[in-house]
Amino acid sequence: MAKTKIPNPDELGKIDYTPPKKHWMDIPVEIKPDMYCHGAKAKSLKVVDFPNARDWTPAEADWKLPEDWKKIVLEGISERLKKYRTFHVFMDICVRCGACADKCHFFLGSGDPKNMPVLRAELLRSVYRKYFTTGGKIFGKTAGARELTLDVLKEWWYYFYQCTECRRCSLFCPYGIDQAEITIIGRELMNLLGLNIEWIAGPTANCYMKGNHLGLEPHTIKSTIDFFVNDIEDITGVKVEPTFNRKGAEILFITPSGDLFADPGIYTAMGYLMLFHELGLDYTWSTYASEGGNFGFFTSNEMAKRLHSKIYAEAKRLGVKWILGGECGHMWRVWHQYHNTWFGPMDFLEEPVSPITGTKFANAKSTKVVHLVEFTADLIKHGKLKLDPSRNDNLVVTFHDSCNTSRGMGFFEEPRYVIKNVCNHFHEMPDDTIRERTFCCGSGSGLNASENMELRMRGGFPRANAVKFVHEKHGVNMLANICAIDRAALPPLMDYWVPGVRVTGTHELVANALVMKGEKERTVNLRNEPLPEKGGDSDV
Amino acid sequence: MGLGLSLTAVIALILLVFAGVKGANLHLLFGAVIPYAAFIIFTIGVIYRVVKWGRSPVPFRIPTTGGQENSFPWIKQNKFDNPSTTSGVIVRMLLEVFAFRSLFRLTKSELKDGKLVHGSDKWLWLAGLAFHWCFLIILIRHLRFFTQNVPFVIQLFEALDAFFQVGVPLLYLTDIFLVGAVTYLFLRRVVFPQVKYISLAADYFPLLLILSIAVTGILMRYFIRVDIVGVKQLTMGLVTFSPVASESIGVIFYIHVFLVSVLFAYFPFSKLMHMGGVLLSPTRNLANNNRMVRHINPWDYPVHVHTYEEYENDFREKMKKAGIPVEKE
Repeated sequence: MAKTKIPNPDELGKIDYTPPKKHWMDIPVEIKPDMYCHGAKAKSLKVVDFPNARDWTPAEADWKLPEDWKKIVLEGISERLKKYRTFHVFMDICVRCGACADKCHFFLGSGDPKNMPVLRAELLRSVYRKYFTTGGKIFGKTAGARELTLDVLKEWWYYFYQCTECRRCSLFCPYGIDQAEITIIGRELMNLLGLNIEWIAGPTANCYMKGNHLGLEPHTIKSTIDFFVNDIEDITGVKVEPTFNRKGAEILFITPSGDLFADPGIYTAMGYLMLFHELGLDYTWSTYASEGGNFGFFTSNEMAKRLHSKIYAEAKRLGVKWILGGECGHMWRVWHQYHNTWFGPMDFLEEPVSPITGTKFANAKSTKVVHLVEFTADLIKHGKLKLDPSRNDNLVVTFHDSCNTSRGMGFFEEPRYVIKNVCNHFHEMPDDTIRERTFCCGSGSGLNASENMELRMRGGFPRANAVKFVHEKHGVNMLANICAIDRAALPPLMDYWVPGVRVTGTHELVANALVMKGEKERTVNLRNEPLPEKGGDSDV
Repeated sequence: MGLGLSLTAVIALILLVFAGVKGANLHLLFGAVIPYAAFIIFTIGVIYRVVKWGRSPVPFRIPTTGGQENSFPWIKQNKFDNPSTTSGVIVRMLLEVFAFRSLFRLTKSELKDGKLVHGSDKWLWLAGLAFHWCFLIILIRHLRFFTQNVPFVIQLFEALDAFFQVGVPLLYLTDIFLVGAVTYLFLRRVVFPQVKYISLAADYFPLLLILSIAVTGILMRYFIRVDIVGVKQLTMGLVTFSPVASESIGVIFYIHVFLVSVLFAYFPFSKLMHMGGVLLSPTRNLANNNRMVRHINPWDYPVHVHTYEEYENDFREKMKKAGIPVEKE
């Protein structure tokens, strides 16, 4: 897909952090190949009735903007200042202390000063000052204010799609200024002009009409999962029997559709199926609510709400008691921080209780959505799973905390508890690169396309660098995570920066270790690779 | 660009007082009228700004979580970096406001032989904290000028501040730390290339202004003596709305007071409003309890959705063929 070949790692790793001599306002944006995604297609935007839908090309000078684009943007800003205290406060209080500067993976991987979160925010703030503050109107550039021009608009587009909304900067900011929030609003403004990227607009349209980002139709979802069922039977001798759109099930299970699509996500999906079967869980999949993730969230808050309303509509229609959610990063940010506000109160559901252990999920009593990893952690804690971690003995595992579950939730111990119970060899990456300080995969917030591969490799550099550290120190060869975008984005990142490290979802590890009732002696893992020899402690 | 302008502005302000007091004898203007005006602008301005922010609602509860969430009883929650209760939030905010918790996390990332190395970097935290605390203590100490009988609390601050009992008059530690911290904060803007690159006039100006205020204050206390009785007469006059601006006080005092007035008047229009903003920051001042307690969006509105019925209409035949249950046969 990529038109030009991106430089090799040695070359890409030479990063110069020295800012240019010229003032940033005097350096016009250069839309560099391999650093941006294709523009949104008219047909994708039309599906969801977005304004100014048209085919356009970012590299071309003419973006075919509507005549009154400037007015649309300024009115858009004005409206959002009145709707979001975050936006309003964040436009005003930054002191430019620079604490956030070297916290951004895109800055660390590119050295481009406009990727320092403070400056990425100033791109928008400068226009805010010019049109919405007295000082900016009077003093202009001296006050850090500038006119909204076509160049400025293009600069916004380029850099708001060079932010993965990971919130790492927000953690270190003394005022909690959240670049993700500024990017979210910046992208909303872009969407008023039809300036989305196709990698987001396409999945959004798919999700709206067909229920999931990949555009899998109901029969395809079923046949895909049937395919997993056969594989599981081949490997374990156990036939799992999932159901679809089944009324009266106790639990509705929803996961990102990415888990149904490609290696290694599919092994995670097989892991879900095996675990639920082993527990005898009364659950159902839905082909209508077949997406846990939400690319609408990378478009506008309204679009995010439009996509996820089907989750509760489906729960109501099927009459389930509560909802269980699979492994995904941004999905859980949205489920955790937005769902209750959008769709609550969920009084047609019941407070979730694990049917196996009787544990009440008190921290989910209002939304009635439980994270599968916390569900599994509870099972292990109560000794409800028979596990043979030695089946994962060929793996030396480290764990990548997803940005969204880390800084939008605080989900750290649950996945570690699960992994340490199903793997014998686990090593943490350096402290400054994990948990709340975790580095992004470089491809979040809808940027995991193929045409922007250089951007992704640069953005993922700090993460890869930390993996490389434990790869060299402890021989780590498997990068575990709880996110579908990670499972799609990290394999190429590892191949590029740290060859020899593979990527896995947490429930793939669980399923490999899970000793199922009536299973035959397993000789291969879910990837059809031979299991490590017993007691051999093969390559560790 | 911003640096030269800010420096010029501060020098011009100082010369203005000099001319006004020495040349035109405008003691009352600089000693009373301007301070009153500055105080009024400050008060009204700050309230206006905070109310304006407050009028923008908080549609979503989106705290940035800095530690383990509230989970099972057997998993230890980080109650202050990831609070799930109001009391936890209060502690988080107190830590943020009084100890600069977020800044304390600060790291520095450097590229060494193709490897990124992350290390702790507490200098900004230390200088920022020293500066703000010293400024506060000095402000409190100054209240002695506005009270007839100096209250015990203020005397206590003074005594602690002059703990080492050095010099005549006694040397205040905060004076030294404040100048040191502000100088560091200023120098990092001039020396560190990235910070320099993002700095605006609005960043240099308040630092230079505060530095000038500190220097004039120190000069007055330790080197260029002013008529302290006249000063107290004026400050008490300000409190009782009957200011008498004595000509014997000395111009350095008027410069000090004018620069403070400028700082106060400038405050509501500037980034110094971060003082109020931090309290209103939705990524810090909300509990991470979204799955337990619903947060209401005051401007929430119904949106267009693709219903199950529409979905089934699109795919009914395919669903039936695949054996997936449907509502309408």
